[in-house]
Amino acid sequence: MLGTAGVMRSVIARDLTLAWRRKADVFVAVLFFVIVASLFPLGIGPEPQLLRAIGPGVVWVAALLASMLALSRLFAADYADGTLEQMLLAATPLSIIVIAKVIAHWIAANIPLVLIGPLLGLQFGLPGDALAVLALALALGTPSLSLIGAIGAALTLGLRGGGVLLALLVLPLYAPVLILGSLAVEATAAGLAAQPYLLLLAAMSLAALSLAPWAIAAALRISHE
Amino acid sequence: MSSATREALPQGITWFKYAAPQTFFPLAGALAPWFAAIAVVLFVAGLYIGFFVAPTDAQQGEAYRIIFIHVPAAWMSMLIYLVMAFWAGVGLAFNTRLSHMMASALAPTGALFTFLALWTGALWGKPTWGTWWAWDARMTSELLLLFLYFGFMALQAAIDDPRRADKAGAVLALVGVINIPIIYFSVKWWNTLHQGASVSLKSAPTMATTMLTGMLVMVFACWAYAIAAALWRVRCIILERERRSDWVRDYLGAGR
Amino acid sequence: MLEVFGLGCSRGERVLFRGVSFKLEARGLLHVAGANGSGKTSLLRILCGLGAADAGEVRWRGEPIRALRESYWRELVYMGHANALKDDLSATENLLLACALAGRAATPAAAAPALDAFGLAACAHLPVRALSQGQKRRATLARLALSMQAPLWILDEPLAALDVAAVRYLEDVLLAYADGGGSVIFTTHQDAAIGSRVPQRVDLDAAAC
Repeated sequence: MLGTAGVMRSVIARDLTLAWRRKADVFVAVLFFVIVASLFPLGIGPEPQLLRAIGPGVVWVAALLASMLALSRLFAADYADGTLEQMLLAATPLSIIVIAKVIAHWIAANIPLVLIGPLLGLQFGLPGDALAVLALALALGTPSLSLIGAIGAALTLGLRGGGVLLALLVLPLYAPVLILGSLAVEATAAGLAAQPYLLLLAAMSLAALSLAPWAIAAALRISHE
Repeated sequence: MSSATREALPQGITWFKYAAPQTFFPLAGALAPWFAAIAVVLFVAGLYIGFFVAPTDAQQGEAYRIIFIHVPAAWMSMLIYLVMAFWAGVGLAFNTRLSHMMASALAPTGALFTFLALWTGALWGKPTWGTWWAWDARMTSELLLLFLYFGFMALQAAIDDPRRADKAGAVLALVGVINIPIIYFSVKWWNTLHQGASVSLKSAPTMATTMLTGMLVMVFACWAYAIAAALWRVRCIILERERRSDWVRDYLGAGR
Repeated sequence: MLEVFGLGCSRGERVLFRGVSFKLEARGLLHVAGANGSGKTSLLRILCGLGAADAGEVRWRGEPIRALRESYWRELVYMGHANALKDDLSATENLLLACALAGRAATPAAAAPALDAFGLAACAHLPVRALSQGQKRRATLARLALSMQAPLWILDEPLAALDVAAVRYLEDVLLAYADGGGSVIFTTHQDAAIGSRVPQRVDLDAAAC
């Protein structure tokens, strides 16, 4: 018999292997992140004061969109080739497998965003300590993006126009993460403490971790009935 | 739940009887006109009090009178989402089709009130704050709420199988209802921290008794309207879903 | 072992079947027959607990599978229409993951004979995308060789895309499994006899409306 931890390990390992063998997909999402963030100065003008003011928000919005873009891949391939059916019939509770899948997805799709984020912040002239907080805020906030987004991905599985629908379902729910994440960076840039925002981001990710897997599992079962 | 087990439910609980679309259909048909009539009477009374009886506000002049529509609409928009999520939860827990139909029937009414609240808010904002749209905490949350309603309706519309549409919508409604307070408080916080643009609704005038009366009458009018609209819409949904069944054929045949 | 009472299923407006009932004992073979679109796959999905039935109930060892959930799935092997293989992974990796999901720890050393038995020894390390349709099906079926102790197999079109030799081998596997106490439910358009045994039969064309 294989324990829960063993199943989680093999699912995470499998998804990471797959992501590794399809590096291009990850790369495209990161590129998208960079391009979206780089378009804003073109639209707004190169005035440094202004760019510094909008920087945190722009990087966060771009991270939100890039994270969402990757979501449609989360279950789609498993759905198409029948692996998801096997997961639904697994000996391990589906919510556990779902957690493993979201963890793997977060590592493959969101850690690159955490790493690239500060670089983009640099483009907007954010000071050094704000860049560090930006990376930290992204690291603490993106897990809730993946978890909440996975609910939307599961609900829209196999639907026509699924990608746009996913955006409509998920983006309003991303608002709190966006607000707290940007505030954390802005507070640091203004010389205030970022800690409360970071703690709240972490709290939200933990709350999402405890609640979202049930919703994702339920949504996956519904999409297979 | 299979139909066999549904029939086996204890006979003693009579209101379970109304959980069957077939029995609820005539009940909804009988109740809806009454609620519609109550809504009309209360709307006329409330608007009369609001526009003619209530005194003119010292600071805002006549423009403030839009609150008689704006405030009830805003309350209803949030309340209906809660009720919708409640029925969605009941539907998921007990697998009652009617609860899901009720949730779907409520969504358009909720979206309408949300839209109305935003629109009247803009109309109120122009003369009082000099701008159509301020990124005020309540307006912003209301806008996000509108997106949640649209998401719910779009998801149900995108799924062909009604059973799957019901359940998927229900999961989304429950996720939304957990998120609404988080969204509201984060937006409120965001708003207070970005000073400048914020225009506090707390500067609204202290309410005279007639204003309060008018407001309450309007709230009840909106309630009655929402119930009537939901009942009528749920009747349409029942007919559409059950059009294959004998009783609907009989009903439609008799009406012809 | 598996008891089915009055199952009914519909797709949208169309009623697929109604009143399907049967019992399957240990060592039993059950052939679900029916024309294209008669609801064979839907029936198998309901039997697994994936699909929802309009009416009726499925019981495993006397208990409804809705209540059993994971403890039923632990005893069940289901193979759907789709192969449940990842194109980017090798046959061995796919097989190991399938075993992990079924809650069984398996090592590459245990996987090798299973793949070998289905004639995949030479290409076990290749990404599945390089295999032919029949080879992919074999890679999926190799899981059966590692699941002999699971009491129930539900197989959707297990013979599809297989060549004559592979069909014969699979029949041997099914017979050996049934002799060992297992029960099999399968669909096929081909000759229903499995080796020397004539399976029990459920005809969905007869249950159609």
